[in-house]
Parts: sequence; C-alpha cells; structure tokens
Amino acid sequence: MACQCGNEEQNREEFLAPLRELLEDYESKEKYLIPILQDAQEEYGYLPKDVLREISGFLNLSFSQVYGVATFYSQFHLEPRGENIIRVCMGTACHVRGGEKILEKIKDELGIEDGGTTDDLHFTLESVACIGACGLAPVIMVNDDTHGRLTPEQVPEIIEEYK
Amino acid sequence: MTITLTIDDQEVEVKEDATILEAAKKVGIDIPTLCYHPDLTEFGSCRVCVVENEESGDLLASCVTPVSDGMEISTNSAKARTARRTNLELLLANHPNECLTCDQNGMCELQDAAYNLGVTEVSFSGETTDYEVDDVGPSLKREPSKCILCGRCVRVCEEVQGVSALEFTERGFDSVVTTAFDMPQSEINCANCGQCATVCPTGAITEKSCVSKVWGALENEDKHVIVQTAPSIQATVGEEFGMEEGSIVTEKLAAALDKLGFDKIFSTDFAADLTIMEEGNEFIKRFQGDKHLPHITSCCPGWVKFCEHNYPDLIENLSSAKSPMSMFSAIAKSYYVEEMDLDEDELYVVGVMPCTAKKFEMNRDELIETGSETDAVITTRELVRMIKEVGLDFANLEGREYDDMMGTSTGAANIFGTTGGVAEASLRTVKEKLTGESLGRLNLGFEGINEAEIEIGDETVNVAIANGLSNAAEILDEVREGNSKYDFIEVMACPYGCVGGGGQPVPATDERKQKRGEGLKNMDGAKTIRKSHENPEILKLYDEFLGEPLGGESHHLLHTRYKERERN
Ligand code: SF4
Ligand code: SF4
Ligand code: FES
Repeated sequence: MACQCGNEEQNREEFLAPLRELLEDYESKEKYLIPILQDAQEEYGYLPKDVLREISGFLNLSFSQVYGVATFYSQFHLEPRGENIIRVCMGTACHVRGGEKILEKIKDELGIEDGGTTDDLHFTLESVACIGACGLAPVIMVNDDTHGRLTPEQVPEIIEEYK
Repeated sequence: MTITLTIDDQEVEVKEDATILEAAKKVGIDIPTLCYHPDLTEFGSCRVCVVENEESGDLLASCVTPVSDGMEISTNSAKARTARRTNLELLLANHPNECLTCDQNGMCELQDAAYNLGVTEVSFSGETTDYEVDDVGPSLKREPSKCILCGRCVRVCEEVQGVSALEFTERGFDSVVTTAFDMPQSEINCANCGQCATVCPTGAITEKSCVSKVWGALENEDKHVIVQTAPSIQATVGEEFGMEEGSIVTEKLAAALDKLGFDKIFSTDFAADLTIMEEGNEFIKRFQGDKHLPHITSCCPGWVKFCEHNYPDLIENLSSAKSPMSMFSAIAKSYYVEEMDLDEDELYVVGVMPCTAKKFEMNRDELIETGSETDAVITTRELVRMIKEVGLDFANLEGREYDDMMGTSTGAANIFGTTGGVAEASLRTVKEKLTGESLGRLNLGFEGINEAEIEIGDETVNVAIANGLSNAAEILDEVREGNSKYDFIEVMACPYGCVGGGGQPVPATDERKQKRGEGLKNMDGAKTIRKSHENPEILKLYDEFLGEPLGGESHHLLHTRYKERERN
C-alpha cells in the first residue's frame, strides 16, 4: 500500500501491534499489571504514553493508576532510553574514591544530566547505589561491562568504545 | 463482641473491631485527624492522630489502631501532644505559607489542625516541592504544592466514584498526587464531580472560581444579570453562617442575592419542573413504544460525562432533556428576553450550583452552539465568599420571595437536590398523566442503590436509583449485559445527590449530607403544590410560548445531545 504518512490512526495501530500481541498471553486481571509493564518495556525499550494508556484499558484500570505504578518502581522508564546505559556507582567506596568526579566528567562529555539520555539516543546516564564491585572503586558499568579504578581522564576513551 | 479499654482514665466499652479514634469519640474525646475521613477506608498516613499507649509508651495512630481489651490510652500526655505537633510541623515544613490568600482560607482542616495543636512555629526547614497549578479546565483547580498526601481525594475517586482520576505517583519525597503524565484533570476521564474538592483537607483541590466574572457582570451597567439557584442550595448555604445542617433558607437566600445586586432572583427549581415535563413525557413515549429502555436521567453533568467515557453504548438511553440549569438558561435567553424586551446580549445568566461539573456543563459545545448556555456558574462555597465579602449578616436577613415568571417551584422540583428526587418527581407526573392517579411518597433511602416498583395501570415500572458513580457502574454493567429489569434509572454522581455536591460547604460527611437531604424532603412534604405539571408558571410557559412538551419549540430549546469520549 502507498505511504500512509499522516494517517494517525493507522500509525497508532502499527505502533501498538506488538503490545496487543504480548497482551494475548494475559488475562485482564489487575495482578498482571507489573509483568505486563515489564514485557512492554522489554518490547519498546521504555513505556510510551500510548502503551500505558492501552494497558490501562486492557486491565480496566484508570490511566492514572497505571501511571502511578509505573512511576513508583525505578525499573520502569517513561522516556526513551539510550542504546547504551552508563551506570555510575555512588556507593560508599566509590564516593570516597571520587565517583562524583567520574559522574561530572561523563555529564560534561555527553552534555546530559544524571538520568538523562543523549539526543541521538546513544547513551543514557544513571547514578546508582552500590553495584557491588567496591574493590574496583570508583567504578562504572556500561551495559554489562564493568570499568573500574577509573580516573576522569579515562572517561572519553571509554565512551568512544561505545559510539 | 465488645471489649473494655481506658482512654484518659475513662472506661469505654466498644466493639472489638473499633479503632482507638472511634472509642475516644464515644466518650466525647476529640482526637485531631487529617488523613482520616469517616466515609472512606482507613489510611493512616499523616500521624497527627497519635496517642500514647500508657503501658508501653508506644505512640499509636489512633485512626487505624484497633482497640484491645484492657488497653490504657492517653490522648493528651505530653509525649502524645508533642508528637502530634511535631508530625504536623513536618507536614507544614513542606507546605506553602499562603493561608491569607488561599481559596481554602477559613475552611481549611490543615489550618484548623495547626491552630488546635498549638503550632506557633515550624521548627524544621528543608527542601520543598513546587508543582505547577492545574487550572486548565472549567471545573477544578489543583495545586499539588498544597497537598499533604493524605490520599482522601485518591480514595474518594476510587472507592466512591470508581474513576481514579487522581493517584499517588512517583515515590518518597517526590510523591505527588496527580493524573497520568500530569495531564490537566479536564483532559482525562475525570467526571468533574468535585468529590475530591469536598474531602481535601487543604486548598490543594478547589473549584475553578468564577467569582470575579460574576462581580464583573454585576458591576457592568449594560448587563441585566439574573440568577438561578439550584434546589439543593437552600438546604446547604445556611451552614456557612452558623445555621443548623439541613436548615431550609430559601427566602434568606433570595434576599442575599438581591442585596448582591442581581436584577432578578429566580430558581432552578422552576426549571426542574420543566425538566420533569419534558423528561416525563419522553419516558412515557419510550415506555409505551418500548424504545431505548431503560430510560436514564441526564440532569447530572458529572454522571453524563462518566457515561460518555465509560458507557458510550448507553448514550441513547440517556434522556435528551437538558438539565434544569441549562433549560433555565435556554428559556431565559428566549422567553424571558422577549417578555422583558431585552437585547439578547444584554442578558447575563448566573447559576448558583452545588456542583463543579455544572461549570463544565455550561461550557459544553452542544449548548454553546445554540447560544443558550449559562454565562457563569458559581458553587455554594463561592456564593458564600461573595456574601461574606459584602458583609451580609445572612442568618438574620429578612427573607424575600423569589421573583415571578421563573421563580415558582413545586415540591417535586425541590427534591431534585437529593438522590431519588428526580425519579420520584418524574414518576409523580408520569403516573398521573397516564392514569389520573396520584403517586404515594416513595420514601427512598439516601445510600447506595435504591429500588422501587411503581404500579401504573396494569403495568409495573421498575426504578433504580444510584448515587455515587461506582454504584451507577454496577447497575449499568447489568444493563449492558442485558440482564437488568429496570425501566427507569436515576443517576447522581455525588453521594446523597446534589446536597453532597462538589461545590457544597466542606468538610463533607455523609452525616451532614443526610440532614441536608432530609431538609429537602420535608420541604416537599410541606408544599401545597407537589407536582410539576401543576406549577402555574410552567403551565403558563407552555401555554404562551412553548406549546406542547416535546413539541417543536420545546424540542429545539430544551433537548440536547451527548458524545462519546475516550475511556482514559
Ligand atoms: S489533594 Fe488534598 S485530598 Fe488529595 S491527597 Fe492532597 S491534601 Fe489529600
Ligand atoms: S450529583 Fe449534583 S452536584 Fe454532583 S455532579 Fe451531579 S449535578 Fe453536580
Ligand atoms: S488521621 Fe490518623 S494517621 Fe492521619
């Protein structure tokens, strides 16, 4: 079919198709809210407004109720996330060994705040409580890779690796 | 099973599932509360109700702690008093210091609590939250910065209305009671009933005020400003001037409005009689033709909007009759203008309503398109502010009658202001019209869902009456599934009907609403004319202007449409 740009309804339907499919595995019961949110986030990378609205309709909950749950848990994200997630440890050991400076350097390099995502959706930056690698303090994780015993000077190089 | 405990050295015997707060109340001890509300589920978030367990020294939140046998409680030990004050100070540390200019000034439970607990300074300071005000919609204004997270609005919206427009979001210090994505409350599934505003102990949710608009009209010499007062107002406004709950103050109300400078004082009750004429005849047509039954009332704009969001498939069952307020304005802008020889844009119609949703109704496209809308709606609370502003001694005012032409009403119209009233009033006219026989008093209760079976000739009309939207939803689900026996369903969004409306004096409790409702029922009982079709002004209106109920002119002026809205 020819291009349907501007056909909002159809775009919306296409956008929601993967959600509809994953909802097929669920009954419309309130207790499935969290698993559904998890699956939807897995699918979309974050929880878009229309997706949350659709989920609330499916579960017979109000939009505000679903939003309340989605914003309560830090595992859920309502904004698109970067392809690469940088987690900077702010636990005690990292704090003592200059974690703050590492965070500042990354913020500068990427031009985003803590919790922010770069415009090109390449990186998301998050400070986290202890990630359990105190021996390597100060430490960051990029996706599943750990980078330890860092100095601010090493930061650009590490970021470069993921570009 | 009952148990015995001691509170402030007094023995109290209460049921075993009572809370300490309830037990204390029984012996006349008033423990301060904020998040507690007698008509909602227990919550226990604010901790201003703490009392001391004398044996253990523990501080207990009395509103949620169950009593136990032999318990010894002190409600006024130094420890309890200090803790209560500290807890309140902690709330105040993140609360704007704006009492003097706050809409809630003078009726704020937080203000009262600070006074009663002897808070003279706030000894804590720290980070504070600052949220945007939501005053986008026509009905409600929300200022989350004034919210103390008591959750009363969240509970009333979920438990009583089944809407859940407001919810706790985020967490910890960032917790805020708001809508999904902080959307304006007017852009979501909110019915605008304003129950949140009646339970909020602070100024965080109030009506969107039209007071300055009304003053503006009154001060404009080119405007002829008339006012209509809804049936329930005469049963509630007196409370704000120290009068007993349920006192009927019709004549004082008219006198106060006169003194405020309105050119004519009319009553929405008059238009309620008109609604009965139209809606009653509409029902007869449906009942005899068996089309679109059950017939569902449409005078409550909160309910109508709820229906448009959640039961769009039942829109065709709604009565097409406009609400009394909107009928009044349509007649004012046609008949009255003609009779008084006024220019159309000279007339300004103000409604005094129990209701925040009426502010929304006034702005409905369907009404504005026809140029027959009400120009400003103020709630009972807003009227009270205006009366106080000019310093009227309301309770001692010498009463006056409502003005002629649109000021006479029957007992049938008066009971519109409480649950069951619309149904009872309509069926009085319906039965008489079909059989010539009078309908006896229905004596319906106020709470939840009420039913009645009415014999009309050899047929039975099955009636259901719901107040509170979750009760309505229960009945409508049955209708939707096709297993409802009802022919006529009345729905009022607010518990107890408009006497419990979102614009009525606060704090609202069921006990208070019941007294107001009884006031209106007594008023009906005392009236000489109790049937809408006997209202002389209504008869004259049809005779001289409208013709027949449901006829061409009536249809054009007095009926309207509804539209489907998104569920969320
Ligand atoms: S808005 Fe009012 S009722 Fe709702 S949680 Fe805040 S203080 Fe309580
Ligand atoms: S019941 Fe009355 S006060 Fe409440 S929303 Fe409906 S019309 Fe307004
Ligand atoms: S009134 Fe008891 S905890 Fe709020």
